Amino acid sequence: MKRKRVLSIIQKIYVVLLFVFFYAPVAVMIVFSFNTSKANVVWQGFTTRWYGELMSDSELWEIFGMTILIAILTTIFATLIGTMGAIGFKKEKRKWAKLITNSVYFPIIIPEIVLAVSLFMIFNTTGVALGVLAIVIGNTTICLPYVYITVKSRLVGMDPSIEEASLDLGADRIYTLFHITIPQILPGILSGAFMAFSLALDELIITSFLADAGTTTLPMKVYSSMKKGISPEINALTTIIFSVSAAGVIIYLVADVIKSHKKLFRRHHS
Amino acid sequence: MKKSSEELKALKKKGRIMKSKRERLTTFVMQAPLTIWTVLFVLAPFCLLAFMSFMTKGPLGIIQYTPTLANYKEIFNPVYADVIEQSLVIAGWTTALTILLGYPLANFIAKVKSKTASLLTILLMLPLWVSGLVVLYSFVIILNNSGLINTFLQNIGVLSEPLQLLYNNFAIIVGMIYMFLPFAVLPMYSSIEKLDRGLIEASKDLGAGPIKTFFNVTLPLTSPGIFAAIILTFIPCIGYYMVTDMLGGGTSLMIGNLIYRQFTISRDWPFGAALSMVLALIIFLMVVIYTKLGGDLDDLGA
Repeated sequence: MKRKRVLSIIQKIYVVLLFVFFYAPVAVMIVFSFNTSKANVVWQGFTTRWYGELMSDSELWEIFGMTILIAILTTIFATLIGTMGAIGFKKEKRKWAKLITNSVYFPIIIPEIVLAVSLFMIFNTTGVALGVLAIVIGNTTICLPYVYITVKSRLVGMDPSIEEASLDLGADRIYTLFHITIPQILPGILSGAFMAFSLALDELIITSFLADAGTTTLPMKVYSSMKKGISPEINALTTIIFSVSAAGVIIYLVADVIKSHKKLFRRHHS
Repeated sequence: MKKSSEELKALKKKGRIMKSKRERLTTFVMQAPLTIWTVLFVLAPFCLLAFMSFMTKGPLGIIQYTPTLANYKEIFNPVYADVIEQSLVIAGWTTALTILLGYPLANFIAKVKSKTASLLTILLMLPLWVSGLVVLYSFVIILNNSGLINTFLQNIGVLSEPLQLLYNNFAIIVGMIYMFLPFAVLPMYSSIEKLDRGLIEASKDLGAGPIKTFFNVTLPLTSPGIFAAIILTFIPCIGYYMVTDMLGGGTSLMIGNLIYRQFTISRDWPFGAALSMVLALIIFLMVVIYTKLGGDLDDLGA
């Protein structure tokens, strides 16, 4: 028994150390957003100047807006097409369908750069202009499999008799789809959409291959300024984004705790 | 009476046909977008890539449509063979370390309460949601010669000279582990969680020690998760040229960097295409082995 407790303590220390490894760079990023040195490699002194400059940096905000726009468009396309496809191919057994449903996995199986150069070449040879549209197409292609997989796994876990009951009771396919199927698989659709959004937000390889001279996204900006050292301003912007997502997670967790407490309370009183 | 029942049958049949017609239309509408998208933006580009890899590079990077195998032969040129070897070595180390470091964490997450488990997975993914690149750049601040680790070690007197931690393979591997460990933990976690605890109890009851149980029961049963984690680390690792650029400082090239250069500096699309084909084939082989071993492709996306 004593050995077991020692083992469990070692395990906990290990997990804590691993999380230190994960959060140390985040902490450094946050701390160095308050650094006075513009080169931002060595700590010089404390300032909030970069947050002020960030607010008035119209170029950076424009880039940020472009990144969000691309991420939103990508999420809409990927979620719509991926969800429809997962539902449509659920019961499909014809041979050609196998080719399509297997190819859907392609973008996550092959390295991103291979997909990036393939799309780059096909847009170039067919005369599709590079730019926002091409980037959205590329991002959607890489996000689609994630939506397809999450929705599909939700569909597989669904009780088929509910759908059948709806059909037997006279509802048509479309009514059943919107009133029975979609509400049931909604968590899958949402988590797929969330995954697509966060992937598109941070996507660099495909985006940089498919961007024209006038289009820059945040990851592209970060990557291009890397050689000179990433400015504290970008650290500041990322710190803000990080805080917002961390706040979102905390709110979600707190809401969850309150909900489960309420449930307990109700059970207690009934 | 007889007639009307026949009429009824006919009507019913007609109704069924109409219903199945509408059903088919619905299915068609649902399938069409994904099918069109996959054909246009996955299959067609890949066919073009394969086609391009057999073409000839003309002057100024203009492609001449005369078939050749020269691009594939060029890969065996020692300069490029070295790059491929180096990529495989770095990706191999990263993958091995990621699995070794990630498995105990996955095991821990699988054992705690489900609320704590979901909190831990969220915490694990959070740094990468924001911006992998910016967070990765922090390693430059931490590892450089006057960086946090070197300053600390010199201040407490362990080192007199700064240790070269940045711009070498060590930094690349640390950065890669940072980027891919969260994604590797998830499939291992889900396969450990699915494991039937009774089997472990049985093994212990039958007299096997914890080590023997681990190697004979737990490890083989969770191997699909481990293999999914290997694929999820190895594939992006080989193609992800940013880490090599940022933390390797151009000292080492990976296949990803090499492909990138063919489309930017060298303007040699056919050779870039041939390299991409080889890379895709290596990965494809790994995935085939994975599915043959009973792995599920869906586990690679969650």
